[in-house]
Amino acid sequence: MSTAVLFAMTFGVAFAGMFAGAGSLPAAAQQTPGTTEVKIDNFSFGPAELKIPVGTTVTWTNRDDIPHTAVSTDKMFKSKVLDTDEKFSFTFSKPGTYEYFCSIHPTMTGKVVVQ
Amino acid sequence: MSAKSKVELVHDHNHDGVDRRGFLKCMAWAGTGAFCIMQGGVLKSYSMSQMAQMAGKVGAGELSFVQISDSHMGFNKAANPDVVGTLKAAVDKVNALSTPAEFMLHTGDISHLSKPEEFDTVDQILKDAKPKDIFYVPGEHDMLNDDGKQYLERYGKNTKGGGWYSFDKKGVHFIGLVNVLNLKAGGLGTLGHDQLEWMEDDVKHLKSSTPIVVFAHIPLWSIYPEWGWGTEDSAQALAYLKKFGSVTVLNGHIHQTMQKVEGNVTFHTAASTAFPQPEPGKAPSPGPMKVPAEQLKSVLGITDVNYVHGQHALAVVDSSLA
Repeated sequence: MSTAVLFAMTFGVAFAGMFAGAGSLPAAAQQTPGTTEVKIDNFSFGPAELKIPVGTTVTWTNRDDIPHTAVSTDKMFKSKVLDTDEKFSFTFSKPGTYEYFCSIHPTMTGKVVVQ
Repeated sequence: MSAKSKVELVHDHNHDGVDRRGFLKCMAWAGTGAFCIMQGGVLKSYSMSQMAQMAGKVGAGELSFVQISDSHMGFNKAANPDVVGTLKAAVDKVNALSTPAEFMLHTGDISHLSKPEEFDTVDQILKDAKPKDIFYVPGEHDMLNDDGKQYLERYGKNTKGGGWYSFDKKGVHFIGLVNVLNLKAGGLGTLGHDQLEWMEDDVKHLKSSTPIVVFAHIPLWSIYPEWGWGTEDSAQALAYLKKFGSVTVLNGHIHQTMQKVEGNVTFHTAASTAFPQPEPGKAPSPGPMKVPAEQLKSVLGITDVNYVHGQHALAVVDSSLA
């Protein structure tokens, strides 16, 4: 084996060791199992339809320059008003289809399908 | 254009007394400071200088008031980092009107996030306005987190239900409606059964010659449903007003001026004192629209309304802050 490959392998192991169980990676690089994001921007929820396994925590983040909310139509969850960069999280512990909307701008709708 | 002499427009092709072609012409002139009054079913346009002459002659039996809207106190993003300054400029504009306004209407979104300090700041700024009586209706930004409890504590005296009420000024009947509560997913503004019942009863015994002014936050006509710019049960409310010869509907919410005339009803939306929004469909969403800083005041404004006893309709004039 060449020196270069040995070098890479050593560092590879070292790196893995450093990060195992640290849980400090930014969300974009690696998501902790059980969480997922919905971005609110331009008067819409993205993704508008989300499919997740039971037990997942969904975090809504408002990136729009106007406040929004996430309120489920069956009253299961209701965020407070989220100004720009504010977040709301909810853990879906039961399977089902959960429709929600922004209570301030009700033409904004979304759906979470929990399987 | 603004120096035009009085022009009578009489193209009544539909034979219903509404001069549609003339109306479109009037609307084209509106941006230059001309405006239109419907008199006896005929649209007449006047230049600002003519109106100034006429306005000076307001006397007893005549009414002058101002509508401001969408102050969004607390908003601080790029579209306007200084909503305090622009609201103060609006107050200066009100105070400079050649015909003094007797009172003001605020058609909602007083605050941006329903925070107490936001309401306090608006109250403070409006204290400098010459008209001391201000009549409010809430916008959806005023009813956040508490279903309107705070709004009602501050502005809901003598109102019913979610904050609706009526009052009379010099023979004109004003109706303040609330269409921002209990909004349903995918839906538009909504008045609801209780409010509609109240309204039917409120106007039942009024003479059909009584001029009516209805004011509410979300437009009571369908401007652009995709963006929630409409009220799903407004047809019912308008049905109760069918008998009246003069109905003026004043709304806000869309942060731009728009007008429609339908029979005896003139619908009008006011500009915001905080930030403009795009025209229907001209942007991916109805959010705050950024314009070059030096243009901001030209897309914000107030609305001046004058009623002369015996005239068919109220004269509704928009003026920008700059």
